[in-house]
Amino acid sequence: MATQRKGIEVSIAMADAVAQANVDVIAAYPITPQTHIVEHLSEIVANGELDAEYVPVESEHSAMSVCCGSSAVGARTFTSTSSQGLALMAEIFYIAASMRLPMVMALANRSLSGPLSIWNDHTDTMMVRDAGWIHIFVENGQECYDNVFCGFRISEDPDIMLPLAINLDGFILTHMIEPVIYEDNETIRKYLPDVRMKNALHPDNPVSMGCFAMPEIYTEAQMSREHGVRNSYPTIVKAWQEWGDLTGRYYKPVETYRADDADYCIVTMGSYGETAMEVVDALREEGEKVGVVKIRLWRPFPFDDFRKAVLGKKSLIVIDRAISFGGPGGPVATELRSALYGKPGAPTIVNYVAGLAGRDVSRNDFKNIILEGKAKAEKGETDGFTLYGLRG
Amino acid sequence: MDKFSVFSSRLVDKSENFTSGHRACQGCAEALAVRHVMKALGRDTIVAMATGCMEIISSPLPLTSWKVPWIHNAFENPSAVISRCESGMKAMMRKGKIPQKKINFVAMGGDGATADIGMGPLSGALERGHDMVYVCYDNEAYMNTGVQRSSSTPWGASTMTTPGASWKRTQKKNIVEIMAAHRIPYTATANIAFPEDLERKLRKARSIRSGLRFIHLFASCPTGWGFAPADAIKISRMAVLSRAFPLYEVEEGERYTINSGGDAPVYDYLRMQNRFRRLSDGDIAMIQEHVNREWERLNRKARG
Repeated sequence: MATQRKGIEVSIAMADAVAQANVDVIAAYPITPQTHIVEHLSEIVANGELDAEYVPVESEHSAMSVCCGSSAVGARTFTSTSSQGLALMAEIFYIAASMRLPMVMALANRSLSGPLSIWNDHTDTMMVRDAGWIHIFVENGQECYDNVFCGFRISEDPDIMLPLAINLDGFILTHMIEPVIYEDNETIRKYLPDVRMKNALHPDNPVSMGCFAMPEIYTEAQMSREHGVRNSYPTIVKAWQEWGDLTGRYYKPVETYRADDADYCIVTMGSYGETAMEVVDALREEGEKVGVVKIRLWRPFPFDDFRKAVLGKKSLIVIDRAISFGGPGGPVATELRSALYGKPGAPTIVNYVAGLAGRDVSRNDFKNIILEGKAKAEKGETDGFTLYGLRG
Repeated sequence: MDKFSVFSSRLVDKSENFTSGHRACQGCAEALAVRHVMKALGRDTIVAMATGCMEIISSPLPLTSWKVPWIHNAFENPSAVISRCESGMKAMMRKGKIPQKKINFVAMGGDGATADIGMGPLSGALERGHDMVYVCYDNEAYMNTGVQRSSSTPWGASTMTTPGASWKRTQKKNIVEIMAAHRIPYTATANIAFPEDLERKLRKARSIRSGLRFIHLFASCPTGWGFAPADAIKISRMAVLSRAFPLYEVEEGERYTINSGGDAPVYDYLRMQNRFRRLSDGDIAMIQEHVNREWERLNRKARG
């Protein structure tokens, strides 16, 4: 098996992966910080390296509409967006999931206006948490590249048929140059063959899609979506397992680092996991029994994996990248508290909101958060959340 | 029975791609128009439809009136959705993923979906030059939500948001001119009271295989306009004969052909409908002046 290790910008690696996945339609609208992905794809298509329709739409709302159209005829569909773009397409984002239209989106996470900011946090993706998409968070360039293939494989699985978002931190990942191992096309084709959607729009087999529902059937339609998302879990795990068997790189819904014997764990999503692991290494040398728990699969939420990873710990220090104004804390901590409520051996949760709109969270900050969080946990100060690094 | 047989109905295609049993109001000219449009387009058609009356009446889950592949996604985006049905099919056929086939890609929306909320996506699809037909069913207000004014509501009409004597005091947006300004290959107006003309235009739109072809289809609405369901065709015809809604075609944004005549006073057309009942004779005289001016302008363009 011929693989190639390249030092490359993560956005470009992701675009290359999309090309290797042999997509048919790409909907593109410029928005920072995802722009490099679609820019590079336009080059790939223009150079003839990928035979696909590249659609430079007039808005993100149309980008998602376009994706619905191309997915409905059974074409392999990719798009990419961030922040305000996601907000504009939110209406159709929900509809794509309700119509069970497979597609993969690179969601380069960025803060939402206002004040206007182009920098990274998770406020955009949390807005569409409940849309019925599958959400994966990735940590580095390799994971971005790999999960494009896993993403299409999962999304197009006849048992699933759901759109899937790969959440990657804007700038922190999109603009980073990293070593990425490229798989050869033969491996990709083996893992991700072309599929023909069973009920695609075609005159030879007319179907109606997107019918409206009266109250007597809307509830059942929603339940079917709930089943769809929840039951996608085993297929997702299987898709990752098979990717690992092919490439040696395995992914899991919840991943841990030095967490087995830890009393305290820091919980992260996305690129923060890398820094957290380094800081935990350093703290271990100082004798602190700390570990890292990383949530890779956000929807469907991996309850069993998460509980298995943390039950019996003293406390979790959860880093959120978004605020629920006037609410109980960051969206991640809120969900984790809910997942653990009433479970024997449940750790307490101390919630920090950090790194909003690209505010740097350094190794030192992680160390502070862990130690401060531990102290708070020992004092029983586990309500609400703390906005880390607030000035003034 | 022979006495009642008319010539033109024998010209109409007998196949039905939009079937009966749907939930349209009695006398809905729009549903009738959809039926004729679908006869003209034929079975090898994919339709993307905007949210609106026609969507609601034809697709209550789990039922459907559509014998062709049909997709509804949202209010403002049928042009975007169908544009990618087209591209997706094109890419898959080119790559050999599916067999080659000639397919008509058709977007449909009401006047609100077309001239108001969907204007951006429509203009985008026009600019990108997809091989598709867009049919705008114009009943001159948001009927599905209960008759609110749209930019396509004419001057003088009362609606729920231009109520009673506060009737609409701005002119109807001229969607055809906006389309023609995009220099698309074919733009035409049509009216269900003239079904042969309507079907001819749809067939013509179908036969052109590049760029977007736009049909602006006038559809009277008994519920929204206030008239007896039996008068739907009569009123539609009067709209044309009074020149309030002339039938014409625009090719490549510049060659204008007028397909209708008539010189009935617009008074006769307006007085058939409750939505204009607050208008004084003076108001109607102003509408007549406007209609005359527009007709003259159209004729100037047709003369070149």
